[in-house]
Amino acid sequence: MRVGVVTFPGSLDDVDAQRAVRFGGHEAVALWHGDHDLRGVDAVVLPGGFSYGDYLRCGAISRFAPVMTEVIEAAGKGMPVLGICNGFQILCESHLLPGALIRNDHRKFVCRDQRLRIENTRTPWTSAYAESAEVTIVLKNGEGGFIADEPTLDRLEGEGRVVARYLDDNPNGSARDIAGITNERGNVVGLMPHPEHAVEDLTGPGTDGLGFFTSLAAATFA
Amino acid sequence: MARYVVDVMPKPEILDPQGKAVLGALPRLGFAGVTDVRQGKRFELELDGDASDELLAEVTQMAETLLSNPVIEDFVVSIEGDDALGGKHKA
Repeated sequence: MRVGVVTFPGSLDDVDAQRAVRFGGHEAVALWHGDHDLRGVDAVVLPGGFSYGDYLRCGAISRFAPVMTEVIEAAGKGMPVLGICNGFQILCESHLLPGALIRNDHRKFVCRDQRLRIENTRTPWTSAYAESAEVTIVLKNGEGGFIADEPTLDRLEGEGRVVARYLDDNPNGSARDIAGITNERGNVVGLMPHPEHAVEDLTGPGTDGLGFFTSLAAATFA
Repeated sequence: MARYVVDVMPKPEILDPQGKAVLGALPRLGFAGVTDVRQGKRFELELDGDASDELLAEVTQMAETLLSNPVIEDFVVSIEGDDALGGKHKA
């Protein structure tokens, strides 16, 4: 598959995400925030970083970048979209996902290897994982506290839309230990930890993140 | 030229870590008796033309779409130096 990775001004992890896409067996296609063009890709990754310097609110300005018009339209038609960290914030600001990400409750930036449980393996980004798989993936954020009102949280839980949940410690005050969620249709996934930093033994805590990038093939050819 | 002010505040039920940090710092400076601090944002927008209900509606739309996130924030729009058009407009 051709998987686009959007670069915004201030994106940090776009190159790592492209690399992870290739490790997952796909062609990585660089997409530019300023273009109204998805270059014919089959899926899109919104990478981590500090797009637009996190000015105003994290993801608030990126949400209105030209390329997001096409991303939002394609997501509505079912294209797989994965937002990692800042990408998750952009998806919430775009209203493709409910809720919001606010500053960590303990007010410190957190950077560590984080244990997670994958709770929804029906999305095109998580189908390679075993049900309730426990994985370790890099986490690094300053504004990673996922919040939504209680009815929304109940709905996410009730519809099985919590994709990943923090194990051991809750690193940022996220409601109900939520690390990642999906939309109603299941094609859009937002995740605060960084699976693209856990795709090879040399440079991360292991290869537990690779599943997010191999799942696309599994979902397509299953 | 009209100046519009948009005040954005975190909703009361939303945790405000920045406000908490300020609250923690004040007693260290000797300011006792502060029981809570909430931190928000203030935007001052200069618009062409005289203040009007149309422009007010436009600024309100700006506040809804970009300046605030309705999931976590409330906002109030006001026109600076023009009481005639009637004070604060809350969303």
